[in-house]
Amino acid sequence: MSKYTVNLKINEIPISVEEGTTILKAAKELDFRVPTLCYHEDLCVAGNCRVCVVEQTGSKALVAACAVPVSEGMEIHTNSAKVRSARKHIIELLLSEHNSDCTKCYKNGNCELQSLAHEYRVGDHVFADLVTGKHTIDNYSPSIIKDDSKCIRCQRCVRTCTELQSVSALAVAYKGDKQKISTFLDHPLVEVVCTNCGQCINRCPVGALIEKTYLEQVWDAINDPTKHTVVQTAPAVRVAIGEELGYDPGNRLTGKMVGALKRLGFDSVLDTDFTADLTIMEEGTELLSRLKRALVDKDPDVRIPMTTSCSPGWIKFIEHTFPEYLPNVSTCKSPQQMFGALAKTYYARKKGLKAQDIVSISIMPCTAKKYEADRPEMRSSGYKDVDYVLTTRELGDMIKQAGINFKNLPETNYDSIMGDSTGAGVIFGATGGVMEAALRTAYEIVTGREVPFDNINILPVRGMEGIREAKVKLEGCLAEWSFLEGVEVSCAIAHGLANARRLMNAVKSGKVNYHFIEVMACPGGCLGGGGQPIPTSKEIRDKRASAIYQEDENMQIRKSHENPEVKQIYEEFLGAPNGHKSHDLLHTHYTARNKY
Amino acid sequence: MSRIKVELHENQVIALKDICKSFENNPHELINVLHKTQEMFGYLPAEIQEIIAIEMNVSVAKVYGVVTFYSFFTMVPRGEHPISICMGTACYVRGADNVLDEFKKELKVEVGETTSDGKFSLNCLRCVGACGLAPVVLVGDKTYGRVSPEGVKEILAEYLS
Repeated sequence: MSKYTVNLKINEIPISVEEGTTILKAAKELDFRVPTLCYHEDLCVAGNCRVCVVEQTGSKALVAACAVPVSEGMEIHTNSAKVRSARKHIIELLLSEHNSDCTKCYKNGNCELQSLAHEYRVGDHVFADLVTGKHTIDNYSPSIIKDDSKCIRCQRCVRTCTELQSVSALAVAYKGDKQKISTFLDHPLVEVVCTNCGQCINRCPVGALIEKTYLEQVWDAINDPTKHTVVQTAPAVRVAIGEELGYDPGNRLTGKMVGALKRLGFDSVLDTDFTADLTIMEEGTELLSRLKRALVDKDPDVRIPMTTSCSPGWIKFIEHTFPEYLPNVSTCKSPQQMFGALAKTYYARKKGLKAQDIVSISIMPCTAKKYEADRPEMRSSGYKDVDYVLTTRELGDMIKQAGINFKNLPETNYDSIMGDSTGAGVIFGATGGVMEAALRTAYEIVTGREVPFDNINILPVRGMEGIREAKVKLEGCLAEWSFLEGVEVSCAIAHGLANARRLMNAVKSGKVNYHFIEVMACPGGCLGGGGQPIPTSKEIRDKRASAIYQEDENMQIRKSHENPEVKQIYEEFLGAPNGHKSHDLLHTHYTARNKY
Repeated sequence: MSRIKVELHENQVIALKDICKSFENNPHELINVLHKTQEMFGYLPAEIQEIIAIEMNVSVAKVYGVVTFYSFFTMVPRGEHPISICMGTACYVRGADNVLDEFKKELKVEVGETTSDGKFSLNCLRCVGACGLAPVVLVGDKTYGRVSPEGVKEILAEYLS
């Protein structure tokens, strides 16, 4: 049944919208912004902050614009005297429970409560100050800091964790002035099923949830003349760093970013995309070898589908939720961790440096990577492979602190020997990117020909749909791979952990048969990661995705196996993919964890 | 990993799963399930919450949130004689807080806790509607009216024999 139109007036201006549209959306169409706090377009409506209340003629009570749908003949005023007075009081009430520590707070300048208070010039303590001092700060996690003294209980984090990610580590507990966002038994996040994905951080309007920052440690390392600092940058950072520095979303700023990192004082600026290409070599080989074991050797122990392993949020999720599927996960480390292991072995050797003098730092769109770097098994070099992980946001802070005029920087190239990358490496930052990169290489290894897609853009694996499928038929295989002749490689891609759960449940039910699955914990893939600039929205993620695919198109080399530095590292150091050395440095194992 | 401190017997686990089944494991019936479980078990420790979460397909964080929200649900066993002190307006105005302090002193517990011998647990209540008898204290099913701090020892003595 088609939807009918509703006619109403907002601030005396008539408008017609589809039935079911909320007052908030209708006002937006008329270019009126009604302020909100608990509302987020990625999440279901909550209606608990009451900041968006507006006046409806004929109604004594003010109505919440985010929750109330329009009705025929409705007359709304979004900025009447009554509304303004209510809004001021609501902001004052929120502030009375909020630890307004603005000068020190990480969200200073990007805090929705601060902006709202500023808009209405609110700040006098009209209501009693309820920030007792009993509020706890949970900073046990290597990834996330939760400061209850700043929480306004909008519950965006709970909705994110429960609906968007289906992890449900967070919930609302207790009531009245004791109500708080908490976990099972009020345990620290690091002790429950939190996957460190940081999506809660991306949606927290205030500074109640932030990443654990390591800026000071990184500055110390840079300023230590005895240390050689190596920094690697993830693909998704280069298309989002601009948002921290005054650019609109979707700007490709690789050259300037490298220039800025050099000016910050890092001794060597290298690229995670290099190890992304390396991951493709290792993981592609692993996939083909599993297929051989299944199809030729008829090995009953081989596990298919194989899943990707570069998303540490996904890894922790599967460790908690589907531990029986851990043997299906690729044993390859993530590009970050491969890089770390090589920085203190291969790179050190080539540059004549001692591993203990190297401080290995990464810039990531991710908060889970901070947890990943701390994993006990990530010490293949003999030292901690990645010493510090900084988010895109932290890099923005560093650039500002150093007073670098980013916009004026010239385009700079990465250093060598782990700075070369391909288009296949950069698309790791988008959901479907790992799959596309793997297919570009695997198909060519098996058939000797390029993937049969226009300009090797494998469009079926791209896009923002939660779960996507693709099939690629292997025909005309080279002699060595003849056992794959005619095999239709069946792939699935999921992003966001709720979709990952659905996909794994489908696999578990036996109703689907895939060979290879790519899972990214964050909606949009890494470009929507927990360490990316705030705010996040579908529109912003789409723009970052376009930028990533543009970056790929503009690269000279677009297939991982053609990366000259990758060829070099195998020739000079690793031998062959999945060889002995690779297994030592570039592969890992996983740990089954508590369900709760 | 497992933090189990309460050992549930197999038949207790079965009974618990039966309660969930009797509500068709419907997540919307969580409160009813918790209510019946507390009736059977007396309280709702973490271990029981975990089982309910798994059976009802809700997150354990959510179960915890519901248990902590309702004053009726308790995570510690109630005492043999649960004491509830009314903190409604009339009782408060007539000195209920002093009565509470005296109970706390005598029993050496805080609100929400149970004495170590398991005899008494102390809780506060909202208005029970017996304002003419303020301040009001309930011990089990028995109602005491016009309670004074001096009379607390006498009330407790009734249960100590």
